[in-house]
Amino acid sequence: MKILSDERTKSVFEKLAKFIGGNIKLLIDRPDGKYCFREHKDRVYYMSQAILDLALSCNKEQLICAGTCFGKFTKTNKFRLHITALNYLAPYAQYKIWLKPSAEQQFLYGHHVLKSGMGRITENTPKNQGVVIFSMNDMPLGFGTSAKATADCKHADPIAIVCFNQGDIGEYIRNEDTLI
Amino acid sequence: MDILEDILQKEAKKSEKYKTTDVEKNVELELDLGNLLALDTNDLNLQELKSHKEKYLLNLARDNTQLLLNKLWDLPSERREDIVVAKLPAGTLRLPREKPCPKPKPLTKWQEYALEKGIKKKKKTNAVWDDIVQKWIPRFGYKKAELERQKDWVLEVPGNADPMEDQFAKKAEKKKEKVSKNEFQRLRNIAKAKKIKVPKEGLPSVANPSSDLLNTAAKVARVSTASLGKFQPKLPKEKTLKENVIAPKRVKRDHSKISSIDEKSSHLKIIDSILGKKPKLDIEKAVNRQVFQEQHE
Repeated sequence: MKILSDERTKSVFEKLAKFIGGNIKLLIDRPDGKYCFREHKDRVYYMSQAILDLALSCNKEQLICAGTCFGKFTKTNKFRLHITALNYLAPYAQYKIWLKPSAEQQFLYGHHVLKSGMGRITENTPKNQGVVIFSMNDMPLGFGTSAKATADCKHADPIAIVCFNQGDIGEYIRNEDTLI
Repeated sequence: MDILEDILQKEAKKSEKYKTTDVEKNVELELDLGNLLALDTNDLNLQELKSHKEKYLLNLARDNTQLLLNKLWDLPSERREDIVVAKLPAGTLRLPREKPCPKPKPLTKWQEYALEKGIKKKKKTNAVWDDIVQKWIPRFGYKKAELERQKDWVLEVPGNADPMEDQFAKKAEKKKEKVSKNEFQRLRNIAKAKKIKVPKEGLPSVANPSSDLLNTAAKVARVSTASLGKFQPKLPKEKTLKENVIAPKRVKRDHSKISSIDEKSSHLKIIDSILGKKPKLDIEKAVNRQVFQEQHE
């Protein structure tokens, strides 16, 4: 359990800001307790003070994970967000895409979102913006990057990619080993 | 008449099974009873030696042993646990040396100095009375170390010292330095005794150095600058390893508490800087809005 260095904290926050914008402050400044980000073996975890105390009482080599894993740092020190962070991204998401029931399956298998599968999209979504993807029942399915702005989406072909899949809850089954 | 009887007795004895205990020799044997040694300097009978060698030598040995044992019976005897034991005198034979005589060792620096000043070694007692614990504690060793650790459960911070300094670590560091200094001086004494020349600084030169030795030498040379090798230009094929620089000691940070003020504020600052990077005028957004408006017109 290490405190993140300044550069690493910056890269984590930048990534999170892409999806939840200014709401990151709500993650740090919570009224119901002290929460923090900690790093262990290049993975970033988000946990409360209580969990942190427990984690610090463990042997470093034997600790697997503590709190919620938000993502990990690659060998070249780039931060990659994992699907396990979805629970914290979804409520604070600024830009959302809703999928039609027919397209849900395809998305959960790891494919990108096509225009034909897209139900709704928030207004004024710029291009290359981090979006969180929901089903029609407002259940978070994953997150990704918008390939087109909202306006462009309306003119697009039905088979054009509208959003790139960067994480979906199907990964819990597909990439079981690599999530932790 | 008596002489006749004596001769007859002797003849009778000779014909007995066992040989006589009287043995006649031209030259008396040299007996070293302490070492159970009998030295016979009589000439050998060459005729008998050639004809019946084994038999002659056996008889000779038997006679000599008989003489030795005769003398042994004459020694004062004791009785120990139902056994009669003869008390042997000290041996007189002096065995020659197996190894050459040891050469006198050259005196160490301290010994020379002590000799010069006339300092004699004071005999010290094994145990020392300790008033605090009210016990006899050995002068050195694990028991003393244990006691010292107990007595030094708290160390005062001296007036002129930095309050954040770790006094225990300082003490341990001092001890380590002392031990290593002692070791260095011991090795230096050995080198002086063996007449091996050791340079005052740096590594000693070797005829055929291995690659490990050369790497160590390069490392030592690199670090032997005022800035401890930090600004030393790299050699063409030198590997820059972390060990090449003597890094300053890292202060261990306490990660257990989420320091509410420092961490949170720094995080918020970072967030502000990130969010503040976005231009006030988002061109993309403006363009999209324009397009959207046009579509709805």
